Amino acid sequence: MTAATPTAPGWAAALGRRLAGGANSRWFPYLLVLPLVLVLWGFVVQPMFATFRESVSANGTDNYLQFLSSSGVARESLFTSLFISAASVLLCGVVGVAMAFLLKRFHFRGRRLIEAFILVPAALPPLIGAVSFQLLYSNIGIVPRGLQALLGTDKPVLAFDGIAGVLVVHTFTMYPFFYLAASAALAGMDPSVEEAAYNLGAGRVRVWRTVLLPMLTPALISASLLVFMTSLASYTAPLLFNVSQTMTMQIYINRTNGDLPMASAYASVLGIVSIIFLLAMRWYEGRRNYQSQSKGVSAVRREITNPIGRWLAPLASVLATLVLLAPVGAIALVAFSADRSWTTEVLPPTYTFENFVTIFTDPKAFQPILNSVQMSLIAVVGCVVIGVLIAYAVRRLTFVGRGLLDVAVMIAWALPGTVVAINLISAFSTGNAFSFGQVLVGTFWILPLAYFVRFLPIVFRSSSATLALIDPSLEDAARNLGASWLRAFYTITVRLMLPGVLAGALLAFVHGVGEFVASVLIYTSSTVPISVAINNRMYSFELGTAAAYGMLQVLLIFVVMWFSGRLESSRTATRRAEQWTN
Amino acid sequence: MIDVRLTAVSKRFAKSSDSAAVDDVTVTIGAGEFFTLLGPSGCGKTTTLRMVAGFYFPTSGHIHFGDDDVTHWTPNKRDTGMVFQNYALFPHMTVAQNVAYGLKVRRVSRADQARRVEEALAQVHLAGYGDRRIDALSGGQQQRVALARALVIRPRTMLLDEPLSNLDAKLREETRAEIRRIQRESGTTSIYVTHDQAEAMAMSDRIAVMESGRVQQVGTPHEVYYQPANAFVARFIGRSNVLSLPVTGAGEQRVQVRLPGGASIEVGAPAGHGLAEGDTALVSARPEHIALGGDDDTASLRGRVSHVEFTGMATHVTVDVDGDEVMAALVDAPAGMALGDVVGLRLVPERLWVVKP
Ligand SMILES: Nc1ncnc2c1ncn2[C@@H]1O[C@H](COP(=O)(O)OP(=O)(O)O)[C@@H](O)[C@H]1O
Ligand SMILES: [Mg+2]
Repeated sequence: MTAATPTAPGWAAALGRRLAGGANSRWFPYLLVLPLVLVLWGFVVQPMFATFRESVSANGTDNYLQFLSSSGVARESLFTSLFISAASVLLCGVVGVAMAFLLKRFHFRGRRLIEAFILVPAALPPLIGAVSFQLLYSNIGIVPRGLQALLGTDKPVLAFDGIAGVLVVHTFTMYPFFYLAASAALAGMDPSVEEAAYNLGAGRVRVWRTVLLPMLTPALISASLLVFMTSLASYTAPLLFNVSQTMTMQIYINRTNGDLPMASAYASVLGIVSIIFLLAMRWYEGRRNYQSQSKGVSAVRREITNPIGRWLAPLASVLATLVLLAPVGAIALVAFSADRSWTTEVLPPTYTFENFVTIFTDPKAFQPILNSVQMSLIAVVGCVVIGVLIAYAVRRLTFVGRGLLDVAVMIAWALPGTVVAINLISAFSTGNAFSFGQVLVGTFWILPLAYFVRFLPIVFRSSSATLALIDPSLEDAARNLGASWLRAFYTITVRLMLPGVLAGALLAFVHGVGEFVASVLIYTSSTVPISVAINNRMYSFELGTAAAYGMLQVLLIFVVMWFSGRLESSRTATRRAEQWTN
Repeated sequence: MIDVRLTAVSKRFAKSSDSAAVDDVTVTIGAGEFFTLLGPSGCGKTTTLRMVAGFYFPTSGHIHFGDDDVTHWTPNKRDTGMVFQNYALFPHMTVAQNVAYGLKVRRVSRADQARRVEEALAQVHLAGYGDRRIDALSGGQQQRVALARALVIRPRTMLLDEPLSNLDAKLREETRAEIRRIQRESGTTSIYVTHDQAEAMAMSDRIAVMESGRVQQVGTPHEVYYQPANAFVARFIGRSNVLSLPVTGAGEQRVQVRLPGGASIEVGAPAGHGLAEGDTALVSARPEHIALGGDDDTASLRGRVSHVEFTGMATHVTVDVDGDEVMAALVDAPAGMALGDVVGLRLVPERLWVVKP
């Protein structure tokens, strides 16, 4: 490389040349990656350090020593959080694996019905999801009160409260991690291995213990780590079921009490634990799994032949489907109930369209929707630009520190929303080089920034997955036909990535519109997003209006799910094109 | 050692109820016998074997192991040793753990387990491989682990479903000799499934030739080769010309037929062939039982050479005899034989056999 003398116009020309044709240069990747590194450093990594500085600013390491003292709230909260996470892993594991076995290994009437709705509870936005379970299963919930009325007891029956309530929410919303992992592992497993064990004389229990479970282990461990992390980050469930001594709740409580250093200490500890789990997951994913490429007899679903089972199966399927749809049903029901009318009855007594009318006609009530949509759109644009470029850099370019770039994005994914919020508060409540010296906290921009940080990994992941399916030689072919790097990138790679990127962007947008966890810590009165509005309405007992907002979020999710399903078909087309080029 | 009896066994799968995958199969496999199910892909071999193993239950019919009616026993109660086509080794266990699995299930003492695993591994020439991971083995080695795992439990019957089909040609020939040696040593009644007739001929005591779910013929390799029951068997085992020839006379196990040249020859026929003068007989003539012959020979055909292929051991020629293609494997073909030459072919009457359609 003969570098031009770095006079200002010469430098610009050299840069231009490099971007246009010099993509093969050794420096090119760094030129592309530098702005990406700055973004990730400025908005993901550097704020973590700011939080740590904040946590030791007032009284040194005292805040951390509280985690060691045996009587303190800090230690209690840490332990409660860890306990809830461990219990969630156990419950989700049992439910998820059982569902996977039932649905993938057996053939019975009603199986497809369950399969169609199995992911619905998990697809709800965090706040409205937790609210729906509160409406259903807490001691003010429909089910316990219904049972109370039915059985004539003087207390709600089977009401879940406190930690038990949190675990119900976690089980319903996180078992899909296990279900999906176990289903994939089961589908990839060679059925003749199981048969070989039977052939050698093993009974059903033994085959389970010695063959099936060990072969599912890699999938189950990955799912366990995921559920543990997600439970640790969970905030809305403890909030609604009044479990105040968890890490996330303590962050919120200390922040609202004005003790930012203590909130930062909690955030740092939670952040570090989350990152440790992230690294453990990445380490584990690199290890072997037991998928086989065998072309033997394909897995046969077992017919349920037991006559009792044959009658029970459809019944149980309908029941399971009802349970899966109940959260959405509860939200929909309450959305049409009059505010403050529902007190001690099993179901809301009076119904009205008023809630929706209010939302759409009262400008003040409509403002949160506008806010959420606007802020999410801004964040998604950022996510797409940065996410696609990072995906491209990580997948296609070779440069020192590639792995670190990848990890940096995934840190953004691993950090709980509460921690992201505290990090941004710590970093941007004073002027910062990355905000061009501006204070961002208390302005409009802090929420889009939080959404950007939280949902960048979603766009990154789906872009990266699509990119993995696109043959690199397509871009080479374009270059060979005379296209510049930029042209080849835009006309070939970006074009082929489009369905995947779009799917990721839609998902990020949906998450943005449903975001609550970070929002509630950093929103300003002029930028109240939908979820915070829901929370405020609940606080003033306007359940109907709160549920109506929630219903709109849920509708948006269903529309996007349907649309993504349609995108899926064009994505398979890309995959097919991929096969032709090989 | 026990015998295995299949009595009128049929299997219909729920979805394809129109035709049976296995249709009224009755065979008896003798104690200690190496018995092969041979037939083209999709003819129901695997289904039959899996019914013996207990992975499918017959729609009708019975399966006996010795005096036990095992028709509806679950697989783990049958004490069979199955070698799967794709080996089905447990990927999360070492070689030794794989082999020991069946012994553990049978509560064999630890010391005995270790000894028997060692023996079994030595038997398949894998002594010292016990601590290897499965994915650190070649295909041939994995195949032998699968064999050892089935052998070590000293099963009542060994069931092998195309165990060699994933190996390359050379290894396949070595391993088939090896499997047969081990089977002879252990004397275990064995049922072997293959679509490769050469493999079946080389290994088996007896062969059942199957097509479309039905058994076409059961016999020793010699019998199915020299006395095929029908045209399908004649063509499927090796290659064969099936000639339609007019019957000029019939005996108990002999039939006289007239060749296109006009001469009558006497050929072998199964008892109860039911042919009489005036009928048309199907006569199987293998290419290697056809030689170049003089015009005066009674058992001769004449025609024009339409295809020549030199293989080294023999020259394979196809001769057009009055519009019928006749294949011959000639060991004494002249070097200059060319397309269009008119040649005389001599049949070996004692090797001809009347087959059913
Ligand atoms: N589990 C099954 N369900 C439905 N049909 C099957 C099943 N297994 C095999 N068949 C059918 O039964 C027939 C025989 O199959 P198979 O025994 O596997 O043949 P082979 O092993 O001789 O190649 C085939 O037509 C096949 O499609
Ligand atoms: Mg088969």
